Amino acid sequence: MPDVILNPSQAAAPPMVQQSPFEPRIVAFFCNWCTYLAADLAGTSRMKYAPNVRVVRVMCSGRVDPQFVLAAFAHGADGVLIGGCHPGDCHYQEGNYKALRRYRLLKRMLKQMGIEEDRLRLEWISASEAERFRWVMNDMVEHVRALGPLHLQPDKEVFAEEVAV
Amino acid sequence: MAEKPKVAFYWCSSCGGCEETVVDLGEAVLDVVAAVDIVFWPVALDFKRKDVEAMPDGTILATFVNGAIRTTEQEEMAHLLRRKSKLLLAFGSCSHLGGIPGLANFFDRESILQSVYCDSPSTVNTEGVRPSLRHKDNGHTVELPGFYQTVRTLNQVVDVDYYVPGCPPTSRILRTALQTLLGGELPPKGTVLAPDHALCEECPRKDSKPVDLSISHFKRPHEVLIDEQKCLLAQGLLCMGPATRGGCEAPCIQGNMPCTGCCGPTSRVKDQGAKILSSLASLLESKDEAGIDQALASIPDPAGSFYRYSLPSSLLRRKKLTRHKPEPVSR
Repeated sequence: MPDVILNPSQAAAPPMVQQSPFEPRIVAFFCNWCTYLAADLAGTSRMKYAPNVRVVRVMCSGRVDPQFVLAAFAHGADGVLIGGCHPGDCHYQEGNYKALRRYRLLKRMLKQMGIEEDRLRLEWISASEAERFRWVMNDMVEHVRALGPLHLQPDKEVFAEEVAV
Repeated sequence: MAEKPKVAFYWCSSCGGCEETVVDLGEAVLDVVAAVDIVFWPVALDFKRKDVEAMPDGTILATFVNGAIRTTEQEEMAHLLRRKSKLLLAFGSCSHLGGIPGLANFFDRESILQSVYCDSPSTVNTEGVRPSLRHKDNGHTVELPGFYQTVRTLNQVVDVDYYVPGCPPTSRILRTALQTLLGGELPPKGTVLAPDHALCEECPRKDSKPVDLSISHFKRPHEVLIDEQKCLLAQGLLCMGPATRGGCEAPCIQGNMPCTGCCGPTSRVKDQGAKILSSLASLLESKDEAGIDQALASIPDPAGSFYRYSLPSSLLRRKKLTRHKPEPVSR
């Protein structure tokens, strides 16, 4: 116990039980040519949408290595969103098809690992679809919020459970 | 006469195949015995744990530990051998990556014990007896090691200096590793003692791999008559070669079977399963969802196939544990 309590609220609140409403942490990988520009347009159009998404710009949705997605989940993301150009519109001809194939297989694999399907999402959003971008952001956040936190980061509690005998 | 360097071998959660590798050295094992003193090797020599405990710390030059860490006893032995050894090597897939025992991370302890001691068709256990940590019999108490929920690799439990890959490592990989250790010039800590290139690089069928490889659907080895010359991926077989470290000289391919990935990833890859998923999926022909799903249906167990040897060392490490929240305590 500290001798002097500087802040009265410290004394009132029991340690470590701060209950704030769950805010999903979402990592998004957006392609440079379509979805990232849609995000830009949404911003310059001053649209309002859920602020839960951390955006990583990649040159193409085909650049999204499944390792990126797993690393995001393993480091505390509650959801991962991949955004690319519509089929046929890929700046590199085939990149978004590769992304789609990987996504379909990764979805199945994540299910086997006990991660709910709605936590990973792939969306085609073109540079002009700011309204659709806004809708996808909000919809994704609501879906993940409904699922609750993923808790994959091995904090002390998780670790203790894993090595319990 | 100068004392010979001391070497130890130990096994944790493994099948014994890695011990076979040492025996498979054949006549070369005599050179090993001439060069080193084997001070601990439970599978072959009658030394006990107390003999190891009696040694001063750091006595052993190198200890080769095979097997994953799954019980309290294995964890204790890993810590003990770490203390007694200058160099600790993870020997074989299980201690390097988790290996086949690591597939238990798709389950939890309760479902494993339930399946093994109660539900399996050959088990008769009407009283539902389960192994317990302590058991009293005739006035004596006997103890069993605790069984963890999660299988871990050796380096998730203790500090590891080098890794010897393979399930089991080939004699050649072991011989090279021993020469490296005794040669004096040690590689940087954390090195996997095998070449750092993908298996495809050294595959005898490399020349038959098409440049623009594309796959309509996958086939399993029992479904086709496999051509003995042609690239297995080009024949639609799920071969882990592109995402697996070489150095084994492709014995499986030479036996006309696809690579299953036992040597783990190369140094540039973190997660072997994700990488082979990426590689295989991008090779598919189809461009629409239905066609893609139909082609992928020919891989019945993606996670189990892609992480066959590496689940505990993967980014996700295990299937998510369903957490049991403690009941609120009523006063």
